[in-house]
Amino acid sequence: MEFFAQQFINGLTLGSIYGLIALGYTMVFGIIGMVNFAHGDVFMLSSFIALIFFLILTSWLGLTSVALVFLIVLIVAMILTALWGWAIERVAYRPLRGSFRLAPLISAIGVSIFLSNFVQVVQGARNKPVPPLVRDVIVLYQNEQYTVTLSYKQAIIMTTTALLLAGFWYLVQRTSFGRAQRACEQDRRMAALLGINVDRTISLTFVLGAALAAVAGTLYLLYYGVVSFSDGFVPGVKAFTAAVLGGIGSLPGAVLGGLIIGLIETFWSAYFSIEYKDVAAFLILIVVLIFKPSGILGRPEVEKV
Amino acid sequence: MTLATGITRLATVQDEPPAAISGGPADPILVVDHLTMRFGGLTAVGDLSFKVGRGDITALIGPNGAGKTTVFNCITGFYKPTEGMIRLRQEGGETYLLERLPGHDVNRLARVARTFQNIRLFPQMTVLENLLVAMHKPLMRASGFSLAGILGLPGYRRAQAEAIEKAAAWIARIGLTHRADEPAGDLPYGDQRRLEIARAMCTDPVLLCLDEPAAGLNPRESADLNTLLRMIRDDYGTSVLLIEHDMSVVMQISDRIVVLDYGIKIADGTPDEIRNDTRVIAAYLGVDDEEVAAVEAEVGLAGAPA
Amino acid sequence: MAQGSTTQGSTTHGSTIGAVAPTVARRSGAALPEMLKDSALFALVTLGLSIPVVAYRTDLGQGTGLELTGRWGVVAGLCLAVFVLRLGQRLLLGEVARRREVHRLATVDAAPVVARAGRVLGPLTLFVALTLPLLAALASGGLSEGRYWIDLGILILTYVMLGWGLNIVVGLAGLLDLGYVAFYAVGAYSYALLSTVFGLSFWICLPLAGLFAAAFGVLLGFPVLRLRGDYLAIVTLAFGEIIRLVLINWVDFSGGAAGLSSIPRASFFGIPFTAGEGGFAQTFGLAFSPMHRIVFLYYLILALALITNLVTLRMRRLPLGRAWEALREDEIACRSLGIDTTMTKLTAFALGAMFAGFAGSFFAVRQGFVSPESFNFLESAIILAIVVLGGMGSQIGVAIAAIVMVGAPELLRNLTFLKAVFGEGFDPNEYRLLLFGLAMVCMMVWRPRGLISERTPSVRLGNRAA
Repeated sequence: MEFFAQQFINGLTLGSIYGLIALGYTMVFGIIGMVNFAHGDVFMLSSFIALIFFLILTSWLGLTSVALVFLIVLIVAMILTALWGWAIERVAYRPLRGSFRLAPLISAIGVSIFLSNFVQVVQGARNKPVPPLVRDVIVLYQNEQYTVTLSYKQAIIMTTTALLLAGFWYLVQRTSFGRAQRACEQDRRMAALLGINVDRTISLTFVLGAALAAVAGTLYLLYYGVVSFSDGFVPGVKAFTAAVLGGIGSLPGAVLGGLIIGLIETFWSAYFSIEYKDVAAFLILIVVLIFKPSGILGRPEVEKV
Repeated sequence: MTLATGITRLATVQDEPPAAISGGPADPILVVDHLTMRFGGLTAVGDLSFKVGRGDITALIGPNGAGKTTVFNCITGFYKPTEGMIRLRQEGGETYLLERLPGHDVNRLARVARTFQNIRLFPQMTVLENLLVAMHKPLMRASGFSLAGILGLPGYRRAQAEAIEKAAAWIARIGLTHRADEPAGDLPYGDQRRLEIARAMCTDPVLLCLDEPAAGLNPRESADLNTLLRMIRDDYGTSVLLIEHDMSVVMQISDRIVVLDYGIKIADGTPDEIRNDTRVIAAYLGVDDEEVAAVEAEVGLAGAPA
Repeated sequence: MAQGSTTQGSTTHGSTIGAVAPTVARRSGAALPEMLKDSALFALVTLGLSIPVVAYRTDLGQGTGLELTGRWGVVAGLCLAVFVLRLGQRLLLGEVARRREVHRLATVDAAPVVARAGRVLGPLTLFVALTLPLLAALASGGLSEGRYWIDLGILILTYVMLGWGLNIVVGLAGLLDLGYVAFYAVGAYSYALLSTVFGLSFWICLPLAGLFAAAFGVLLGFPVLRLRGDYLAIVTLAFGEIIRLVLINWVDFSGGAAGLSSIPRASFFGIPFTAGEGGFAQTFGLAFSPMHRIVFLYYLILALALITNLVTLRMRRLPLGRAWEALREDEIACRSLGIDTTMTKLTAFALGAMFAGFAGSFFAVRQGFVSPESFNFLESAIILAIVVLGGMGSQIGVAIAAIVMVGAPELLRNLTFLKAVFGEGFDPNEYRLLLFGLAMVCMMVWRPRGLISERTPSVRLGNRAA
């Protein structure tokens, strides 16, 4: 039971990160119906941005306040990654609207290959470790054999995710941008006729998705303390799995899917075999896509003839 | 393959008693029986029954959103109806329950062909290739499912030559011989419409379903279409079921008209009966008397030779 | 979304006109100051993107932590390059757009020229491919000295074959397969295991490897081919990764991450390439040379690639091949014409997988060693890039793309002046994938149908009548 509780906490932490990335997939899919294959690499890139700013702040400027460092790194990473998201959409996806149906996906694969190799070229192929920012843990329960802990890191990750999701939810549900975005999801041409700037709405969607990926990237760095240029691929696929599992296009679904994937992965590693944890995620992806492509909270798609 | 055959056998019903719908054509090729289609809470088609006479041109008309295309999609296997039966009886007596067949078997076995409201050609492929794709079934067999074809055996070559002959005849019939080797997507709209009909005919259908074949055609092209459809009925004995808004086409060539409104049949009869049916006029233009008069005038006008 | 069902040909009356026309008009009417401003904006964005990933390089220092090195010079160079490129593009595009508007032509481009070039290039490439070992020997002054060229030829031909195989699936049938390398792996491991465990010869294993790969294709394809295009792509990717992960982790079966080694070498139809009694050299009365095996391998992969090409060309003219292309254009129309779409997709999938299986077993026999790392997603992406750049569906395009994509970085590596310009540590191979990715995006933006986009009809009415 103690072991289970500990794994549950670990799983939720991991799931929070997946959920944040999954939101980017699900928003883009909702609005332009494309799988943004490069999203995982945007996440990886944001992790590098966070890493470098962390180093600048701590070793060059000598900041010692953990909260301040974390906050600055988070905000800077969000801004710079959002710029990447904007630029990618502008250069690689926008010109393809109305092209043949696989073109955006192929372009996205191109962007994905480009990003991971770009980071490899400019930053080198080796793993980049950072010294742990926070080490403290809260002991939740203790007996002779086992201790259930919640580390500060995990607490920060879960709190940040929850706070950002609340803000994000408000943005999509209550603001005019949110309305414009939902309108574009339903019918892009009609939205344009009603005076919504569709291009800008789509751009903003990418910007938001990238910013959320940056949050995930920063938290990932905080949690694992190491990042490499190839770290975008597998978390990217898992987050996509989460988005599909939750019902692609559904925002709560993405978070729910992320938590489920995080939990499954953690429990799978803890109880079955750690070697096959990625296989488990990929299998879930295949099974969900075959048997329930609309996911848990998504709407079934009616084929238009 | 075996799976498909199994389903076919299940869907083939021999010597069924005639459907329990009174009236209508005596020897129907298609009987739609209590068809209901719901999407979530929305009932697109509600308890619809009608018949399509063998060798007839039957028109399915109704205001926008009346559920016509949904009926088509049920008949041609793209939607599985929520309730009801769609029975097709070929001349030899083989009967198919279309709602039970897998999508492609509606054409392959039951020999029902269709066209689409927003034309669906293979735009990059040439006019000739478009028609050859329609002869997939006989050519596949002749090519020994590609094995004989890859070895270039004479049997396949003969079959291919025959298929090209047949395609060429259809291309000539729709007046596209000079553009036979051009991509279908490059053709003007009217030619694309006719090509789509020719392509459907190349599958040797017993029932041809046309979804708004006259949409976007000018009066001259509309007249050509009438000739083509009559030819299909008279020379090939193919029964035709069409959805159409253009009353000049509907009234001139239909043997029978079925009128839908809000997914329910409101009238079923010969063009003359429909022309004088007040419910139809009301459905088309509300119940405003002036507008009814206007539509009566239009229908009357349309009935006269243009 | 509406765009999901839009096909290439129908875009002209779709939303593109509305979207493109104003941009063209704006571009053609743009003045120089506006262009400069726009280019400056691009440079500014580049600056933003370069902070901090380009500006600061992280390196493992003496201690445990990372050290930062500033590289603002590189950033400045990058921004300048983007500025110049953008300005050039704007000037060029403005010119093209103006001319296009004058002529009122939607597709003034080099397609016919490229296609004509392709017609000449095809036989030429074939000729060079057939005589490469001879040419290499003549140019380098001996067969052994020409080994580098023959090895490069083998490498390129392997990718040509894989590209052609994937072209059946992606180019003809329009199914995006991101896990193609899995079938390559199945082929390679089939030969490796069958030969080491059961001692079967290469010539028995080759067809078996193809069959196994095709069977895997069917096994995977049957449940997933109903899915819409991009879901199918993701599922194939997942499948490819699962195969790789299983190969890494199932040590008893596959040797794990270390892979399988001492795989038997190819023989000349049963005669081994050895120096001693009964060897190839002795049997044919030649002096022994290790190059005999290399040359044999070269012709083996050439033959396999040409068979792939031949079968593909033949299939295009058969009803099944035509159905593949029709499926790529419009799946719903196919169903309405009585074509069993799942079966048709499955055949394309299986045939593509089979050729990957052949290529895989060739890979194993050539290397004498297989490990899971040869079959990662990147490999799939490279093969896909070759197909995309070659112009999905074009055979000669794929061959040229493979030569350029695989051959060029190899050649660049040996150019010494590049090292002089970029410094001693410069390795163009590092930039290979970066350029692959960029090229894929550029292709989709500018020539989504590939460099050679002219489609040859599979049958003509005109020719027959004449």
